[in-house]
Amino acid sequence: MTAILKIENLVKRFGGLVATDHVSLEVMPGEIHALIGPNGAGKSTLINQLCGELQPNEGAIHLAGRDITHLPVPARVDLGLGRTFQITSLLDEMTVRDNIGMAVQVREGGNFRIWDALRRRRAIWDETDRLLAGCQLADRADVVVADLSHGEKKQLELLVAMAMQPRLLLLDEPMAGLGHLESQQMIGMLRDIRKEAAILLVEHDMEAVFALADRISVLVYGRIIAQGSVDEIRNDPAVREAYLGAEDELC
Amino acid sequence: MNRRILAAVLLVILAALPFIAQATGQSALLSLASRILIYGMAAASLNFVLGYGGMVSFGHAAFFGIGGYVVGVLYHHADTETLFWGFIPGTTQMLITLPAAILVSGAFAAIIGALSLRTGGVQFIMITLAFAQMLFFLFVSLKTYGGEDGIIVRRTNELPFLNTRDRAVMYWVVLAITVAFALGLRRLTKSSFGTVISGIRQNERRMAALGIPAYRYKLFAFILSGMGAGLAGALMVNVLRFASPDMMHWTKSGELMIMVILGGVGTLVGPFLGAAALLSLESVLASWSEHWPLAMGLILLVVVLGTKGGLMALVTRLTGGRK
Ligand SMILES: Nc1ncnc2c1ncn2[C@@H]1O[C@H](COP(=O)(O)OP(=O)(O)O)[C@@H](O)[C@H]1O
Ligand SMILES: [Mg+2]
Repeated sequence: MTAILKIENLVKRFGGLVATDHVSLEVMPGEIHALIGPNGAGKSTLINQLCGELQPNEGAIHLAGRDITHLPVPARVDLGLGRTFQITSLLDEMTVRDNIGMAVQVREGGNFRIWDALRRRRAIWDETDRLLAGCQLADRADVVVADLSHGEKKQLELLVAMAMQPRLLLLDEPMAGLGHLESQQMIGMLRDIRKEAAILLVEHDMEAVFALADRISVLVYGRIIAQGSVDEIRNDPAVREAYLGAEDELC
Repeated sequence: MNRRILAAVLLVILAALPFIAQATGQSALLSLASRILIYGMAAASLNFVLGYGGMVSFGHAAFFGIGGYVVGVLYHHADTETLFWGFIPGTTQMLITLPAAILVSGAFAAIIGALSLRTGGVQFIMITLAFAQMLFFLFVSLKTYGGEDGIIVRRTNELPFLNTRDRAVMYWVVLAITVAFALGLRRLTKSSFGTVISGIRQNERRMAALGIPAYRYKLFAFILSGMGAGLAGALMVNVLRFASPDMMHWTKSGELMIMVILGGVGTLVGPFLGAAALLSLESVLASWSEHWPLAMGLILLVVVLGTKGGLMALVTRLTGGRK
């Protein structure tokens, strides 16, 4: 089985700071690969290089066997890459439904049409309503994003990403700032999603990581210091010393 | 829907305006109304990139002027029975001049947009301004076409079955085109493309993450907008029977922008309201005092600061509708 995502010796420098220091990792199809590490370890920087917002200084990124290191963001999306933002980034003037609809619309294409009526593209709205049905946000469908709570925005980020039907999903701290109940709901959502897409999960919440991850990579000062299954990471002395012991003061 | 009734009443009044003007002896009314409709279209075109697309173009007078010059230049060659670039004959047929104006201004918008849209923010404002000024000086230097004096178009373009030299008929032609334009623009904003453009304005980073390469969408919007402004310019030259470089001067771009902001950014009707307010005020104030620009500035300030969203926001509040 070939990896859906393969990162080789990726390096990113900000002036003197090496934010990504020869990082290599793989995500297999169907796998949730968690990336943990303290604040400032370089997790978001790595995600931003994977999705194409930042150019690495060295190394290569392969998506399903294709070198995407130098492709712009939208081209990577076309190849099946989806992401969520750590600080939610949505279409604030539009409703929940319209945000999901936009993701479906972009995927369906035909967006240079100036003479159609978007509201009449049934296929888009049927699929949007299907995605919304049964999830917490369903009865908030017509609320404008600017009026959503933080937790709702986080959920919408994930729904929008799923509407893109990606093969690989990059999740940057989907639980950050959520209450306990909301976190549990989010874990439930991620469990469902894993059937449809491989996930690289950056997360603070150790409980969530241990509940969801198949494999874990530990990033400290831009470098991966350990990689392995949940149990291996839990019991890795280097990781424990680095911070697991330090009262879950992780990310 | 009291909005629909409002629109219908307005349309009836506009259609009856030539009779009203005649009955009251206010012949200037007709030319003012024509100019309002035409500037309204130009401002609405600017508003499509500015209000819907978030691209602050400070050079839209360029396309307005190009559209006007297409009519002027084609008239000049028809009049002198010469060929443009040695192979294009002139014409005074509106069914040819208007589409030609739309195509040529679209081509200019494609070139200017392709270069300007590589930048953003203040740089974009400055570059579009610079391109418009370049065209302004180019036309000032074109002695064949009257240099800074421009081209006097002695005859309004002809239409089959209609006597466009009759000012009332020409007004109705402008009105009909404006209505078609407004309906088309409304459709555009609700289309697949229009929605993507609005998404790009709200959050370009999000749209990229959804798979939208913003540049080509913005460029297409810019071209459409340039075409609209070109159409307006072509009509203006027909109404004023005069094309001059002043149509592309940066102050004209400024005026269009004021109309948009005054009327309501990102609304369909706002730019038309803005054009009506600005041009009416101008003609009233100018007859009162030579210091009218000062009074105008103060009024603009009050409206923009007082309404938060321009005249359109005011109308919406008064008619009790939602945005
Ligand atoms: N654009 C940037 N320019 C300079 N330094 C940056 C930039 N982005 C991130 N950094 C630095 O890189 C390091 C890693 O940041 P980040 O990837 O956000 O960490 P994490 O997401 O793991 O908390 C931090 O020291 C941060 O200050
Ligand atoms: Mg981060």
